[in-house]
Amino acid sequence: MAIATETAGSTFGSISGKRKFKNNLATVLVTACLLVALIPLVWLLWTVVSKGLSDILKSNWWTSDQHNSRDWRVPGGGALHAIIGTVEQVALCSVISIPIGVLAAVYLVEYGRGRLRSVVTFMVDILTGVPSIVAALFIYAVFIIEFGADFAGVYASLALVLLMIPVIVRTTEEMLKLVPNELREASYALGVPKWKTIVKIVLPTAFSGILTGVVLGIARVAGETAPLLILVHYSATTNSNLLSGDQASLPLAIFDQFPNSSNQGSTENPFTHVKQITNNYASGRMWGFALTLILIVMVLNLIARLIARRSKVTN
Amino acid sequence: MPDEPADDLALELQAAGVAPPIGGGPVIGAADARLVDSDGPLPQSTAPTPSGAGTRVRIGDRIFTAMSTGAGIFIVVLVALVAIFLLWKAIPSIGDDKSNFLTSRIWSVGDNGESFGIAGLLWTTVLISLFAMVIAVPIAIGIALFITQYAPARLSKPVAYVIDLLAAIPSIIYGIWGIAVLAPHLSGAQRGISNVLGWIPLFKNRDTAVGTVFDGGVVLAIMILPIITSISREVFSRTPRQNVEAALALGATRWEMIQMAVLPYGRPGVVSGAMLGLGRALGETIAVTLIVATAGNGAPFDASLFGKGQTFAARIATGGDALFAHPGPFIAAGLVLFVLTFVVNAAARAVVSRKAVG
Repeated sequence: MAIATETAGSTFGSISGKRKFKNNLATVLVTACLLVALIPLVWLLWTVVSKGLSDILKSNWWTSDQHNSRDWRVPGGGALHAIIGTVEQVALCSVISIPIGVLAAVYLVEYGRGRLRSVVTFMVDILTGVPSIVAALFIYAVFIIEFGADFAGVYASLALVLLMIPVIVRTTEEMLKLVPNELREASYALGVPKWKTIVKIVLPTAFSGILTGVVLGIARVAGETAPLLILVHYSATTNSNLLSGDQASLPLAIFDQFPNSSNQGSTENPFTHVKQITNNYASGRMWGFALTLILIVMVLNLIARLIARRSKVTN
Repeated sequence: MPDEPADDLALELQAAGVAPPIGGGPVIGAADARLVDSDGPLPQSTAPTPSGAGTRVRIGDRIFTAMSTGAGIFIVVLVALVAIFLLWKAIPSIGDDKSNFLTSRIWSVGDNGESFGIAGLLWTTVLISLFAMVIAVPIAIGIALFITQYAPARLSKPVAYVIDLLAAIPSIIYGIWGIAVLAPHLSGAQRGISNVLGWIPLFKNRDTAVGTVFDGGVVLAIMILPIITSISREVFSRTPRQNVEAALALGATRWEMIQMAVLPYGRPGVVSGAMLGLGRALGETIAVTLIVATAGNGAPFDASLFGKGQTFAARIATGGDALFAHPGPFIAAGLVLFVLTFVVNAAARAVVSRKAVG
């Protein structure tokens, strides 16, 4: 394209100064847009790394919890309780979401036709757009209000299921569509039943693509905070029981140290205050939790990328 | 089961272009044998009678069809349940509401009656989301143009990946970064704008030091940038080659070519990307909760971007004990948010499907 533009200029006389200026201005503006977007990314990552690194490098960060170091005046403590909670909640969510999501995608691509198919497609679209707080409110209305259950990690997992299913359905659907039809036809021609064709031919062919979607879905829900805020209470000690009791998680741990990280250490509602965050122990821990969470999410994204590179079907 | 690791044998054979071995030959692997056992008759036994294939449905097929259809139906039921539950729990308390649900800005839910309205929440939610869109859409279009039209092929993929990284950062981290690091740097810009344009209510100076709707909007803009960029990028890259070459052949500069060929073609995609971004901004919870300071209950109406406020999502998320004791009003707020995002997302899909782009 670049060559074409230049030859057009030289062959048909020079481009007027005004047009040239406009063209150059556009180039500058478009490049500026990119730089503008890169500033917050670099700034944010730099902030989190520079403020959180010293905490996560401490020897007990990965091996202890916050049971006697929650206050902003007290140093130390670790992230083990939060990592355990996040891993458990996300694992339960994945165990529920992945089969449902993959099967629904199989339905949409391999079986679905007519009205039901378009209804399912539409509902997946709707579910994609449901705000996380609304998903949480639904679980809250059903389990906490209607069934009178106590706050626990399992309800956070259930709310995350609503957010994870559409991600998995969408990516799996895309990948199944990319599987060449010849593979299916060859299998049918050999007399293989349809279900076995799907299980042994279609799904394995699309496997790495599906896995990429699953990992991206996990990365998305691992950082979700809104459902945790109303469905499970934070605990500064380790609780590995999903079914009962307060449970920590990385987002909640950040949120817990956030109001403490203002110097007053006040117990009033932090949201009505103008927040002043200066250096204290809670602040360091907050950025430490943030860095831990970013590391987990980034590693998951990297894994997804590596799997995607090995994919057998590409567009 | 689909969530089990793939069978390596099948993968290798497909990679080699060999037809799948299952049921086709005398050699059946251990994994196949297990599946065949559960299936009953061997596939070969049905193959010679093609007339029977249409009438007799295998048990395995029946189970698998039921399972996958069931998963699809489960999703339909799930979304329906969300809507029904929100309606069921919200309507009685809207009926008991002592103020006007739509026009009141009070939020007092206690044991002596519930008096609440969504006008303030609705205003802040819509204002902050639209403001985020106004910032994000032009920048996203610029980045999408850079990736598809300007960047050399070697550069465009890494750049796209870096922009996607913005979407990978959890929103609570945007929240703490926005209020602790970014917001103090924005107060100067806000004072500057209100010095010049302060006569417009939208830009009136409120002397809010940190934690304004403006601060929240800027962070939201960063958060919705990747989705708008990726959808715009997708449609721009599908601009028909002939249109591009025709414009260049007429002697258009690159920018003129973009104006003539790329932008008109990509417009529906950009619009739907912007709507999806808007939907996301409307429902964003934790970043806004942490950044935007809450005005006191029943504070006078404030149209300014430089004032305080609270969105639907933030109100619900900070409900705490009130949410537990009196869930009705919060669920009513959640219902309005659900409907709002539903409408915006449905509109986005409609734009895409009408023009059949992407």
